[in-house]
Amino acid sequence: MSRPPRPAFTLAGIRLGARLSLPLLPGAMVFASAFGAAAAQKGLELWQTMAFSATVFAGASQMVALEVWQDPWTLTGLLIVTVLVATVNARMILMGAAIQPYMVGASRGQVAAVTFVLADANWLIGMRYHGEGGRDLGVVLGAGIALWCGWLAATLPGYLAGAVVPDPERFGLDLVMPIFFAAMLVPMWKGFRPAIPWAVAGGAALVAQALIPGYAFIIVGALAGAIAGALIDDA
Amino acid sequence: MPEFTLATPYGTLLALIAMAGVTYLCRASGVIFMNRITIGPRLSRALRALPGSIVIATILPIAAQAGSPAFIGISAAIAVMIATRMEVAAIAAGLLAISLARFIGL
Repeated sequence: MSRPPRPAFTLAGIRLGARLSLPLLPGAMVFASAFGAAAAQKGLELWQTMAFSATVFAGASQMVALEVWQDPWTLTGLLIVTVLVATVNARMILMGAAIQPYMVGASRGQVAAVTFVLADANWLIGMRYHGEGGRDLGVVLGAGIALWCGWLAATLPGYLAGAVVPDPERFGLDLVMPIFFAAMLVPMWKGFRPAIPWAVAGGAALVAQALIPGYAFIIVGALAGAIAGALIDDA
Repeated sequence: MPEFTLATPYGTLLALIAMAGVTYLCRASGVIFMNRITIGPRLSRALRALPGSIVIATILPIAAQAGSPAFIGISAAIAVMIATRMEVAAIAAGLLAISLARFIGL
């Protein structure tokens, strides 16, 4: 069997990817600022907040992790936050699987670099570009780098703003995360049928909240929703 | 029984490493193992239901605990998001609604 040809990986592709990410940057940067503000409210130091954004680079999981944040940490706390982040980011497994045909033949280093910055926005850009016949893997990397830079650049002012507000509860800043999540539901809405698992998730989370101390309700609810999704035929 | 705790800042450092590690594992595993495993329709549906489920499972209990200002803020954010499709406007509306609700003592 002959080896499949390597996908192209050019500077021009990286530039094209960065350009394609521009329309999606403002939304990502608003999210990053909200995360920065929420992190400041939770008492994270600046370096911790920036390192968090730089290495995890996945907004929803970062926000949820803040909800269970502790300092000092117990071992149970570390376990919970790790499982929580893995649960929230499990959708990336599906994203990676979907974009894998695009990466057949790419070198290990290229795959490692592209997957490090793989996020919802540049995944979408890459899927569209590849679907239209594009074969330059640099596009996904370029869009990812642009998003990563915007993500970090916007985390900083969010943190600084969140740290100086004297009475955060008065301005609702303690609820920035649920507010942002609620807004995110709108573009996710694809009709009532795909939302049935959401209702299951909400119900299970409320029951878990009443029965289990701490924030395990997020994991219980999310898994209940995923199981409901698996069992419901949405064809 | 007092639980063993990790001294500042080592606990946070460990948390960051663990979170970054599992996230990278999620990012890379779909690409790496795709040749060996196939994601069937059932698992695919479960993963597709996951993002919305996480959002609901997170905000509903938090809002239930925070009371009516939280629900007012969330409703305002959703309404503005539907109308404008702009995250900034939605967050601003949500925070404003919570501020007002708390100001009048709800």
